[in-house]
Amino acid sequence: MSIEKNEGFRPKIVAFCCNWCSYAGADLAGSSRMTYSADVKIIRVPCSCRVNPMFILRAFERGADGVIMCGCHPGDCHYTSGNFYARRRMTLLFSMLDYIGVENGRTRVEWVSAAEGAKFSQTMHEFVDKITSLGKNVRLEDLRCRN
Amino acid sequence: MQRIGVFVCHCGTNIAATVDVKKVTEMALHEPGVVHAEDYQYMCSEAGQELIHKAIKEKHLTGLVVCSCSPRMHETTFRNAAEKAGLNPYMVEIANIREHCSWIHKDIEEATEKAVILMRAAIAKVNLDAPLKPGESKVTKRALVIGGGIAGIQTALDIAEAGYPVDIVEKTPSIGGRMSQLDKTFPTLDCSSCILTPKMGEVNAHPNVNIYTYSEVESVAGFVGDFTVEIRKKARSVDMDKCTGCGVCQEKCPSKKTPSEFNRGLDTRSAIYTPFAQAVPNVPVIDRDACIKFKTGKCGVCSKVCQAGAIDYDQVDEIITEKYGAIVVATGFDMIKLDKYDEYAYSQSKDVITSLELERIMNAAGPTGGHLERLSDGKAPKEMVFIQCVGSRCADERGKSYCSKVCCMYTAKHAMLIRDKYPDVNVTVFYIDVRTPGKNFDEFYRRAVEEYGVNYIKGQVGKVIPQPDGKLLVQGADLLDNKQILKEADMVVLAAAIEPNPDVRKIATMLTASIDTNNFLTEAHAKLRPVESPTAGIFLSGVCQGPKDIPETVSQAGAAAVKAIGLLAKDKLLTNPCTAHSDELMCNGCSQCANVCPYGAISYEDKEVNDHGVREVRRLAVVNDALCQGCGACTVTCPSGAMDLQGFSNRQILAEVDAICR
Amino acid sequence: MKTEKNRAEMIREISGVNPLKCMKCGKCSASCPSYNEMDIKPHQFVSYVINEDIEALANSTSLWKCLSCFACVERCPRDVKPGKLIDAARQIVVRERGQDYLTPDEIPELIDPETPQQLLVSAFRRYRR
Repeated sequence: MSIEKNEGFRPKIVAFCCNWCSYAGADLAGSSRMTYSADVKIIRVPCSCRVNPMFILRAFERGADGVIMCGCHPGDCHYTSGNFYARRRMTLLFSMLDYIGVENGRTRVEWVSAAEGAKFSQTMHEFVDKITSLGKNVRLEDLRCRN
Repeated sequence: MQRIGVFVCHCGTNIAATVDVKKVTEMALHEPGVVHAEDYQYMCSEAGQELIHKAIKEKHLTGLVVCSCSPRMHETTFRNAAEKAGLNPYMVEIANIREHCSWIHKDIEEATEKAVILMRAAIAKVNLDAPLKPGESKVTKRALVIGGGIAGIQTALDIAEAGYPVDIVEKTPSIGGRMSQLDKTFPTLDCSSCILTPKMGEVNAHPNVNIYTYSEVESVAGFVGDFTVEIRKKARSVDMDKCTGCGVCQEKCPSKKTPSEFNRGLDTRSAIYTPFAQAVPNVPVIDRDACIKFKTGKCGVCSKVCQAGAIDYDQVDEIITEKYGAIVVATGFDMIKLDKYDEYAYSQSKDVITSLELERIMNAAGPTGGHLERLSDGKAPKEMVFIQCVGSRCADERGKSYCSKVCCMYTAKHAMLIRDKYPDVNVTVFYIDVRTPGKNFDEFYRRAVEEYGVNYIKGQVGKVIPQPDGKLLVQGADLLDNKQILKEADMVVLAAAIEPNPDVRKIATMLTASIDTNNFLTEAHAKLRPVESPTAGIFLSGVCQGPKDIPETVSQAGAAAVKAIGLLAKDKLLTNPCTAHSDELMCNGCSQCANVCPYGAISYEDKEVNDHGVREVRRLAVVNDALCQGCGACTVTCPSGAMDLQGFSNRQILAEVDAICR
Repeated sequence: MKTEKNRAEMIREISGVNPLKCMKCGKCSASCPSYNEMDIKPHQFVSYVINEDIEALANSTSLWKCLSCFACVERCPRDVKPGKLIDAARQIVVRERGQDYLTPDEIPELIDPETPQQLLVSAFRRYRR
């Protein structure tokens, strides 16, 4: 898809952030005034392992163009091992997304610590750019059941 | 249906300058369940909370959405406000329209649109909120301090003085830490040992303090108020109760070639050793890697000379399990390795040393008996060059990005002491900036220049070239005179950057305490909670949190102690009510949830259930609220969807997703 | 003729260096073997790029005195790499003059087995168009 076609396109992006690292990292990005696109909306979860693959599918079903999940760095999970579970679950889910019609690249997992405001902002920049280049998530649109 | 009140905060201009708060307030009224919406300058102020109170009473609100700063900042404030007005505090949700919106966006229209969406998500969540009641958990009235340097000693003393038992775990054979290696301290030039040794004695003698030296933390389980810690007491090979500390074993030990850790490898020690004369406890350990008895089985000299019969070659590591209410991390620092700084010839010449090595050379108990001499040939130096910022303030991977903070002052101290004791030695300091914020610090630096004639040159050194005659050629630049300098020196001292003790990463992982990219432990709030880790019950003392000098370390150690005491003084803690619970009718007792639970909070019971009129006994998962920390791992694992997390339920998160994607 | 702003921008682009990272420690000038030959010293070079005074750099002898030994690049603690800035400035001047001193065919004749590879690369960068 060419860039011109995507001009003016504003993707809907859902970010799941764990309360202890990534949400705090997003807060730090905010208090350090590190800008990123307003298209990213953050949902706070206690731990990345709280993110049910169902939440991500639901987001795509309801018209999200990209979903990113952020957690503590492996080994640094506030709950000891939650991000390891999350990593496995997401690997499995992402491997099947293409099959159900969501292209590669519309999902991402990133580890952002509470001290990495700059990384959070940078990651969101990259992700928004990626989703913008992929364009609207048309492939699931027909299947979508709108309320 | 809930009756929801929405409160939009201006936060002065922090939010209102970028987000059209009036529009957000107006949009709120179109949302399902919202019966009241208003905006105010500072929602967290007394007057703002009063508005919330009034609205709850007058409009009979059952749920609140506050559009304001991060919930990490003021969620507790607004929950307390709700509770005061008779509303369950868990019926409050925060839409973060400051850190996640107004502060990062510039376009008013865009930011307002995002704020409205964030508010909608919060409203959707509140609609499904249920009142929650926190449980209670006990507090073990005992504290653990990891690290026995000045930070750990001070924290332990302060906690012990308040009447609570404290254990110190120290990795090396003696407490004392880095401070015991220092000769003098700035800016008063007190002798470091003279002020530290009495404290070491005091903490050792204190009835409330128990010190485990030559020990390491093996594992940590549990949570605030109720940690269970395993401590590995490494085999000392010397019976602590029998040993009298006479020191004969160390004299007679035939294996004396091991580099002394305490003297930074500048001289050697015996295989059975105490790190330094004033060690606490004054009981040696046998370094089994160096001991001839352990290596060949033949020797046993120490055992023969020990009158007390304290040598015990058969000792094994001991694991001690203890419960603690609070844990203070005081793991301190070390200097960075200089092997990547070839240009300063540290590994090529014995006369290029680090500041900490100079500290040992200047010390009367050090390898040269306190005489300033070149380590290569023992000659007295005539020209000394100090190089600042070696590895500090670096953007590349060789060094550290931060300023190590203490180097400017200790270099001024070294320069001054050398000029005082050896007036014929010329001292030149190459600096980038001289940073001396602190009481009497700049005066101290000026004295080094004005009274002691230390030559400060602005400009980093490019290269140190060892000469065939043993001298060191220092190539530097004087940026103020705009000329390049070639200077012959007899000794070069590198102010190497300090870095957190490399073990801290392992410890932080065990404690699930956050750590930054430089391996410094992260504080709960950079300004308002500087001695607490974001992980409840973990406190930070000393350089493990960031570079500090001794007075700052001691103040922070006291602050960490007060925070720990505040926790230990409580009889009960309120637990997080956002715990998992299992739907009895959906659970099939498969045990998947128990397998992933990191806290062992899930057990199984045979329970009679009434499934639509059918009464039968089933094996069901039961969550122990006191143990559950609310991570939610089980909720996703549960194949039948029986597990859910209160406060972050499946329906709530889905409602948020829907609201955002709408 | 390009504006000073354009030329400064080009130097940043060619060198891939952000001169604003400089903390003015002077390690580059302390390392430079050609320091005494230069009118604008390596650490000053960075300030000239920041201040967009490229004409002064273009007329400076430093451009041609730099040996491209890259000691400053290697040792710079801030990743500013003044040597790369100098190299970029040189290229701009060479490009503007439109000169072409060297072709790839001539190089084999000039190679002496003792010549460091880095010097060859630098020389090629310096004298090609």
